[in-house]
Amino acid sequence: MPTIVVEVMPKPEILDPQGKAIANALPHLGLTGFTGVRQGKRFELTVEGEVTEEVLDSARKAAAEMLSNPVIEDVVSVAVAEDQQTA
Amino acid sequence: MTQNPAAQPGNGEPELTDEPQFSIDTVDDAAATPQTELPWAELGLKENEYTSIGEILGRRPTAAELAMYSVMWAEHCSYKSSKVHLRQFGDKVTDRMKQDLMVGIGENAGVTDLGDGWAVTFKIESHNSPSFVEPYQGAATGIGGIVRDIISMGARPVAVMDPLRFGDIDHADTHRVLPGVVSGIGGYGNSLGLPNIGGEVVFDSAYQGNPLVNALAVGVMRHEDLRLANASGVGNRVVLFGARTGGDGIGGASILSSESFDESKPSKRPAVQVGDPFAEKVLIESCLELFHNELVEGIQDLGAAGISCATSELASNGEGGMHVELTNVLLRDPTLTPGEILMSESQERMMAVVTPENAAAFEAVMSRWNVEYSWLGEVTDTERLVIDWDGETIVDVDPRTVAHDGPVYERPYQRPSAQDALQADSFRASAGGENLPATAEDLGAAVVELMSSPNMADKSWITNQFDRFVGGNTALSQPDDAGVIRVDEESGLGVGLSTDGNSRYTYLDPYAGAQLALAESYRNVATSGAVPMAVSDCLNFGSPEDPDVMWQFSEAVRGLSDACQQLEVPVTGGNVSLYNQTAGQPIPPTPIVAVMGRFDDVSRRTPSGFQRWADGQAIYLLGTTADELDGSEYARLRHHLGGTPPQVDLAAEKTLGEILINASRDGMIDSAHDLSQGGLAAALAEMSLRFGVGSRTSIDQVCERDGVDPFTALFSESQTRAVVALPRSEELRFTDMTTARGFPALRLGVVDAESGGIEVSGPFEGSSFGIGIDELKESWSSVIPSRFGAPQDPA
Repeated sequence: MPTIVVEVMPKPEILDPQGKAIANALPHLGLTGFTGVRQGKRFELTVEGEVTEEVLDSARKAAAEMLSNPVIEDVVSVAVAEDQQTA
Repeated sequence: MTQNPAAQPGNGEPELTDEPQFSIDTVDDAAATPQTELPWAELGLKENEYTSIGEILGRRPTAAELAMYSVMWAEHCSYKSSKVHLRQFGDKVTDRMKQDLMVGIGENAGVTDLGDGWAVTFKIESHNSPSFVEPYQGAATGIGGIVRDIISMGARPVAVMDPLRFGDIDHADTHRVLPGVVSGIGGYGNSLGLPNIGGEVVFDSAYQGNPLVNALAVGVMRHEDLRLANASGVGNRVVLFGARTGGDGIGGASILSSESFDESKPSKRPAVQVGDPFAEKVLIESCLELFHNELVEGIQDLGAAGISCATSELASNGEGGMHVELTNVLLRDPTLTPGEILMSESQERMMAVVTPENAAAFEAVMSRWNVEYSWLGEVTDTERLVIDWDGETIVDVDPRTVAHDGPVYERPYQRPSAQDALQADSFRASAGGENLPATAEDLGAAVVELMSSPNMADKSWITNQFDRFVGGNTALSQPDDAGVIRVDEESGLGVGLSTDGNSRYTYLDPYAGAQLALAESYRNVATSGAVPMAVSDCLNFGSPEDPDVMWQFSEAVRGLSDACQQLEVPVTGGNVSLYNQTAGQPIPPTPIVAVMGRFDDVSRRTPSGFQRWADGQAIYLLGTTADELDGSEYARLRHHLGGTPPQVDLAAEKTLGEILINASRDGMIDSAHDLSQGGLAAALAEMSLRFGVGSRTSIDQVCERDGVDPFTALFSESQTRAVVALPRSEELRFTDMTTARGFPALRLGVVDAESGGIEVSGPFEGSSFGIGIDELKESWSSVIPSRFGAPQDPA
């Protein structure tokens, strides 16, 4: 069954404490060279049947109204996953 | 961990390489181009205010100066509408009230001497608008902000409390706001390791679109650790430490908190701040180490108005001069303009003044706690606050004109024309006041209905999401009358705190309503056994530009300050939150009053519930009951709000307080609960619900002595009353004490641990009714979970 992937990120000007904590932890593992980390969210919406424009629209609506907090987050993409056909 | 922002990559934040895309407006530019029009109106300033900035400076302000004035002169920071009234709190303080006051109004928080070398500081503040816009982060950063006020006095924060007001429990927006606010408070407070020991939750459709999220924090310190916000000592260095400065919260104080919501105004930057409790925890510990090693001369937290506020307040409270290089500020977003940096309300930041000799030691503490810092400049004797951008002066002002000499308005106020009609509309004469319960069956059903209403219902769904016991010093917390925290682990010295405010009373009569808020808070603290010492208040009102609202405000301040004087408890600080209105509809006047009291030994505290081991103990009612149902919870059940609130008798309140405190100290009583919303019926029900221990009481004598009917005896909200339970061996000693003080006390009945029911007899048809505690608990405790479901993980 096809899957729609929704990606959400904190708005660039908003503090991201989780990303900051990860960035601070990376050097402890010897992983240097990263100047910043920001952490977002990925959602997989499984669809029964074909992904029509209508289905994508309702995924976009879900992304804007339910999966993200528009005050502090941006929806960066709503797309059909290419090779992810598992339920 | 660097002084130079260019020397090290950003601490976890993306390092954008774009050069700032703005031109710098210097003081020289301002002098050269007097005609340049600046966007003062967009920054929330009024024309007369913009003109007066020009007069103060003798030229047009620079863009950066305008940014500073606009946030510092906003209502939220300048108190320009409330100042003329708030003076009464200072004017009415007597020498006796000052006795234990180490720091009064005006500093970040007031400080009270607790004895044995201990001092306590506490303050309550509002975070209403941010919590409406983004409930989780708004409520979380409300806790963060008030906790930093406590740290900046030199104290270790030990507990928080949250008085909350939401709209109708069944309204969709309440379901958006409440879960976010509750998990925000829990998420931040729990992560900091601070117990949340009390507060209140009220549902009222009058708060629809304007929920109130107030936050109180309390901290303790040794006397020698007291710190003040001032920059003294010419040549001392100014340092900013904690989180980096980003674009969050720009204009929060000026636009968001100082204007009514207006959907048509888009904002360029989000006015929402995101909190990081773990950064705050490290900030607390590093500050306490700085204090302990005496490494800072002055310190100020960054809250509303950010760097604008910190630099101008530190400078004007000290010797008057400061010179700062703004490009030294560590940024999360390098595209910020100087004005935005000055206005940013990024969380978890502090500013301090350090002597050059201590600079290395200061840096060592910072690196030990892994806190970023940057040296911004130094204290000067020029009496000017000078801020440079890359060597060019962009701000050159007298700091007092920014921080203290803002505009002061004598806003017009008048008693609303509808006030007389409102007060004439008593509950008894209304449709809701007809056919009041009079039989055993109806009275019993009314008690169950009252206790199952949203405002009287069990709030543990909310309070269970807050950690009440972390730290191991919590002696009492919700749902007891007051939150109690042990300060000294050896002696048991501690404090009790309560917050109260009944907007229904205040709406009917703001003068009396504000006094009743204080009286209830005072009574709650005394009921727990603590001696009331000091007050902090958060005054939540509508727009000061509305003369009706301004009348409510002025009456409430007059009432509260008079009552503080009579009860001899000084106001040590607090906060005014105006413009709480949506679409022209102001919230009901809501002064929230917090009282802090002292315990010699918190093990003497009096809990509110009947104890399981206390079978057969005598139950006494203290105080008298009059027909006072206007504004009551029972009237709310009948959708009525009119008439006049209960009588205030502060002298009697003081006597009742002394009785309860002495009874606690001498170990005479084992439980005590004050009478407030819902009257005697609610008090008896709550005392039984606490531990599932029943009672058998009679209201015959109450009805006879006070000349009231059984319904009134149960549901009237007459003040200055409490119910206590005591061993029969203490009855004589206790009644001797009440008689000696001329305070009315009546024996109502006994604690009945076996019955599992609340049995009340009296002069009504059927002569007695009984309510099973299990059934009552079922309906009382299901009200909130049935609306909001399983509590979410407060992560």
